[in-house]
Amino acid sequence: MSEKTINVEINGRFFQAASGDTVLDVARREGIEIPTLCHHDGLEPFGACRLCMVEITHKDWKGWSGLVAACLYPVEEGLQVATDNDAIAGARKTVLDLLLARCPGSDKIRRIAAAHGVTKTSYKKAPHPTTCILCGLCVRVCAVKGANAIDTSGRGIGKKIAIPFRQPPPDCIGCASCAHICPTDTIRCEDIEPTGSAGGVRKIWGHSFEMVKCDACGKPILPRKQMEYEAARSGLDESYFSVCASCSQAKTFKTIGTAFDMEGVQ
Amino acid sequence: MFNQGPSWARSKAGNEMRIESVKSLKSLADKVRREQKKRSIEILVCAGTGCLANGALEVAESLERAITKRKLDAKLKLGVKRTGCHGFCEKGPLVVIQPAGIFYKGVRAKDVKEIVEKTLEGDEIIKRLLYRDPVAKKKVETYQEIPFYSRQHRIALRNIGKIDPAEIDDYIAHGGYQGLATALSAMKPDEVIDSIDTSGLRGRGGGGFPAGRKWRTCRNAAEEADEPRYVLCNADEGDPGAFMDRSICEGDPHAVIEGMVIGAYAVGAASGFIYVRDEYPLAVVNLARAITDARERGLLGDDILGSGFSYDVEIARGGGAFVCGESSALMKSVAGEVGEPRAKYVHSVIKGLYDKPTVLNNVETWANVPWIITEGADAFAALGTKKSTGTKAFSLVGKVKNTGLVEVPMGITLREIIFEIGGGIIGDRPFKAVQTGGPSGGCLPEAELDLAVDFDTLTSKGSMMGSGGMIVMDDQTCMVDVARYFLKFLVDESCGKCVPCREGVNQLWLLLEDICAGKGKKGDLEKIEALSDTIVTASLCALGKSAPNPVLSTLRYFRDEYESHIKGKHCPAGICKDLFKFKISKEKCTGCEACAKACPVDCITGEKKKLHKIENKKCTRCGACRNVCRFDAVEVVR
Repeated sequence: MSEKTINVEINGRFFQAASGDTVLDVARREGIEIPTLCHHDGLEPFGACRLCMVEITHKDWKGWSGLVAACLYPVEEGLQVATDNDAIAGARKTVLDLLLARCPGSDKIRRIAAAHGVTKTSYKKAPHPTTCILCGLCVRVCAVKGANAIDTSGRGIGKKIAIPFRQPPPDCIGCASCAHICPTDTIRCEDIEPTGSAGGVRKIWGHSFEMVKCDACGKPILPRKQMEYEAARSGLDESYFSVCASCSQAKTFKTIGTAFDMEGVQ
Repeated sequence: MFNQGPSWARSKAGNEMRIESVKSLKSLADKVRREQKKRSIEILVCAGTGCLANGALEVAESLERAITKRKLDAKLKLGVKRTGCHGFCEKGPLVVIQPAGIFYKGVRAKDVKEIVEKTLEGDEIIKRLLYRDPVAKKKVETYQEIPFYSRQHRIALRNIGKIDPAEIDDYIAHGGYQGLATALSAMKPDEVIDSIDTSGLRGRGGGGFPAGRKWRTCRNAAEEADEPRYVLCNADEGDPGAFMDRSICEGDPHAVIEGMVIGAYAVGAASGFIYVRDEYPLAVVNLARAITDARERGLLGDDILGSGFSYDVEIARGGGAFVCGESSALMKSVAGEVGEPRAKYVHSVIKGLYDKPTVLNNVETWANVPWIITEGADAFAALGTKKSTGTKAFSLVGKVKNTGLVEVPMGITLREIIFEIGGGIIGDRPFKAVQTGGPSGGCLPEAELDLAVDFDTLTSKGSMMGSGGMIVMDDQTCMVDVARYFLKFLVDESCGKCVPCREGVNQLWLLLEDICAGKGKKGDLEKIEALSDTIVTASLCALGKSAPNPVLSTLRYFRDEYESHIKGKHCPAGICKDLFKFKISKEKCTGCEACAKACPVDCITGEKKKLHKIENKKCTRCGACRNVCRFDAVEVVR
């Protein structure tokens, strides 16, 4: 990112942005709301849900204006952005109307749609309803994790988030990032608490992963496969991962206390 | 590596020397030309995909056998050449006997004996194999006299049908690689770009973006960032009914390669890819062989023609997804990722393949480039119209008499293409519409037949040039059904990434399904228009943005037909099976019994020479009776 400051106008107010910022970056930083369904700050923008459409124009564009995806559009000097007008609201409504026809059973979609004034779809409901909106967050986070266990298959209306050959994906490490990031709670992940001598189990994508218990408190924290994967990837010792966050903190604190002989510190 | 090509496809020229300089390229061309001139008769057998499917290979083989057996070669000095597509696919297999240009159509292996005895040994022309001009209503003896060819102006297709695509020397003898030689020896990269700029060449793949400007932007971006750059060829032609690019790859692969090397020199690229769909097996094989041969000849790879410039190209085979013809999806596919487009707020000339500056042009665009360099940018700019210069290849298909591949100067009217080159509508039925630009294009009615065919005019009328598919429709075509057909294609071919295209186009198609089934409701058309508007504005890529075109353009010109389906529950063209009945006209029926014989469900009764009747309960509305009736007696009623 270069040092250069870029001046942009959003909804009549002026803001400074850095080169490489998207319209969404600037708007969110300045507290201007733009709805999104497929965006996550930690991941590369994708541009699939089209909910973040905003209208842009520029004094040099001879009156031309148009709708673009805020999550992808890079800011430029003098850019004028409107985040809400009739055209934008219309496009967002249609997108949510279409998603409601696809996912009539999704609570989240129903709520977001209602917030935009769409309470009932005007289109034909999908013959095989789903709650997946194909935002691709799960696939992208899995790729960032380095596991690449899931992807999309097929195309068009038949596109799906899929696992290879419909079998439990061999590359899945059970981290459940996909389930945590899913905005519509579509990906099932079930953590079974340990009973008696049996350790905990995480069920996801057809796998049953054995959970590692915290060395200190015994609480199940992460699948063994993920622990081995993270250790190998980072070069850290497995023991680093086999302590839960709060025990790890306590342990660190204790170590510091001993090392520096900090009196009075409990 | 596949790029080496299968062993049988390896160069026959393999053991000969590399061409080290521009001078030796010229002397090779002269040498091959002298050899070719020794032949007094050359028999060109079309070995394009269409003719091959009809048995062209057997024709060529039996010609060769007959010539050997009768020792005609010594006597007559003749040769048989397997060429690329002659373009007149409907009449194949085609055999042209040069230099007279005798044109035989629909030739079978069993006809070979007669051709050899009468035409080659004797001097007789076989009347039954000649083409009959449907406009002049008479048989035509030679290639040059056929209006389908004489009205054309071939630049991109200049060598197809004349050369053997498997012989690099044949291409060289026909002036091949001269454009490259000129560029490398006498022009600076900037001068090459200037020349393409002056020619006014615009991308033939659909977008119509000025090629020179694209090249310059890429070069400048790469120079500024000091980055490698790529020069690619889009051979992912996916429009139903379009086969211009396939024919060029099959029939003149070196023209594409030569164009790319010139482009690479201009842009400063060292490598690139030809992205070709695997459904084009002959194109893949011919391109692979051409690449191998060009490398062996020193026309591709390191130190081309001894100039110090190096550029190499590889074939990337695609799985045939329509969306992979879109530049950003194509580049992802080349890189081995899922072929999904990305938003192009930063253009691919700046951030393309592997995020590097990339020039992507389609097959036809590249094939024009060598011609522009050898014949001059002004010669190209002199053709066509001011803003759409040069020529354009179209695949003319549908209900037209002469289907095939045509290349005409831009600015020619639709009427000239369809009625003069195409010979008019099959059965002389009334013309209804012509669909241009593939699935994302639109349908134009009779009132627009005198439109000049160029990029901007077609777009202003709600259609587009696209890559050059042209589907002609007669009065027995239902425009609602046509829109439904193209939308279904796009529903299947949408990549599914963004919501408006994936969900919206599907909903549009469902609305049309209902209308065609008689379930259309008041307000459906307004709903279609509103939804189309969002799809156009909110979709991620050009596929989605243009997906509503088939329905929008038919609504624009044939709205009454939609209304008839919705309000009247009637399909006037007799296509939507739930919305019409067939009835035999009392006045027109002659009682010839043809319809009764053709009916697959035996629902037509009647005595000879008396009025026939259709039992509507049994009728499946297949239209077989209407197709066979020579008196137009089978009518569509409510």
